Amino acid sequence: MARIGFLIAWIGVLLLGSDGAGAARPVVADLSNHLVAITTGFSGTHVLVFGATDDRKGDIVMVVRGPRETHVVREKVRLAGIWVNREAAVFPAIPAFYAVAATGPLNTVVPSEIRKRHGIGIEALPLAATDGSHKALRADQAREFRAALIRLKQQAGLYPEALGVVTTLENRLFRAELDLPATVPVGSYTVEVYFVQEGAVVGAEITPLFVSKTGFSADVYDFAMYNAAKYALASILFAVFAGWVVALVFRR
Amino acid sequence: MIQVYLPIAELSVDASVIVGLGALVGFTSGLFGVGGGFLLTPLLIFLGIPPSVAVGSGTNQIIASSVSGVLAHFRRGNVDVRMGGVLLVGGILGSGLGVLLFNLLKSLGQIDLTIRLAYVVFLSSVGGLMLVESVGSLIRKVPATTTPRGPENFAWAARLPWLMRFPKSGLYISAILPLGMGVVVGMLVAIMGVGGGFIMVPAMIYLLGMPTQVVIGTSLFQIIFVTIATTFMQATLNHNVDAVLTLLLIAGGIIGAQWGARAGAKIGGRNLRILLALLVLVVCSGLIRELVITPDDPYSIVIER
Repeated sequence: MARIGFLIAWIGVLLLGSDGAGAARPVVADLSNHLVAITTGFSGTHVLVFGATDDRKGDIVMVVRGPRETHVVREKVRLAGIWVNREAAVFPAIPAFYAVAATGPLNTVVPSEIRKRHGIGIEALPLAATDGSHKALRADQAREFRAALIRLKQQAGLYPEALGVVTTLENRLFRAELDLPATVPVGSYTVEVYFVQEGAVVGAEITPLFVSKTGFSADVYDFAMYNAAKYALASILFAVFAGWVVALVFRR
Repeated sequence: MIQVYLPIAELSVDASVIVGLGALVGFTSGLFGVGGGFLLTPLLIFLGIPPSVAVGSGTNQIIASSVSGVLAHFRRGNVDVRMGGVLLVGGILGSGLGVLLFNLLKSLGQIDLTIRLAYVVFLSSVGGLMLVESVGSLIRKVPATTTPRGPENFAWAARLPWLMRFPKSGLYISAILPLGMGVVVGMLVAIMGVGGGFIMVPAMIYLLGMPTQVVIGTSLFQIIFVTIATTFMQATLNHNVDAVLTLLLIAGGIIGAQWGARAGAKIGGRNLRILLALLVLVVCSGLIRELVITPDDPYSIVIER
């Protein structure tokens, strides 16, 4: 059945396309690996993003967004000689990882209104914060916390500062390396590929990417988070047993 | 270098460093006869383990060291189970309060500061007192074994209700006193990740007037149950018990404790107390330094789940 469906689709593409199959979709893209596994020895990895466009001249822009998480940024102030957390800003559901790559400088390739609409580039990200009790922050505070958030994320390598490089071949093929650091957050990612011509997006493709812990450390984490009572009992029993064995072995 | 990923702390550490740290703390506890939790937690924090995970996993590790310690005291008949029972009822109450407070402070973003401050206060006072006492007795050449006896020193304590007989300790005192001590120490267990022996032992001697030979065994006995209850509450409420970290610490502690007990026999009591006091004060000053120096970045970030 699937094969027949594919055949019909293929014929459809041939009939509708003006000059062959590629023209039906201005851009196609895929990843070398859709699942990044974090094992005990994980120290970061690369994922290759590759694809093809039709033969019109244009630019490729890629946006990688990590899972959306609530981030809390706290500011320390000096109080009676010691440094204490005081003001806090809550950024609900912002990407835990964010990276952009393009064939050229962003502000020449994509007009600012399109960057804003699609959230391309950190300046275009709507990073809105509230204080701890869901009230809006003062404008100057909001600016400071936003800058602090971006700075801290950049230092952690989770909002890479440098624009990634997309290389092209014969105006048809393109590729880019996506660097994921050792601290890459787990969850589901999206890789958005935009085909931009003369300041307009003429095609786009979204591909999912999953980052998950696997193996022993993932099992321990899941056990501790979702079976907390059993995990607690196991930890306690292990410690009691270890202490008892030690007392037997080293009987003084 | 054996890099091991700690699943709850969510970072990679060098396993040999953690085992070495466990051994060092085990060595000092074998040497000085204290639990060593009050050294372990700050040292883990210095290594970059998040303070809340250091507290939770430290508590779990103390179960193992107290179990192995108490068995020897049971064989010698040095455990006042009745007194231990009253203390641990208070201890579990206090630790429950402490874990709830821990959870509240964590959501307010003040838990790291609270842990550090609690350590600074307790380490500086205990270390200071020990240093003054042991150096003083060194100067006066007094054999420092004299023990002031009993709550009879405290007129108010004798008037409290709920009198209870503790035959093993030879005491007839109000149960409110050990119960209250249990609550205070239980809170420290939850917030500081210590067994609390370094507060409990002097309190048993000076406040309750218990005979010295049953003090250590009874303190260890109640620590086992309070740390078990605390580990359970931390793991279910705050998810800060890292099994891999605990395993490494226990492994190191086993090696260190045996080695420390042998070394302790050679050095002698008073010199040991001076050394311990200095060690406590060094750790304390490290914590103070971290609180006072200007941080590289006044902002910090956490992900809330």
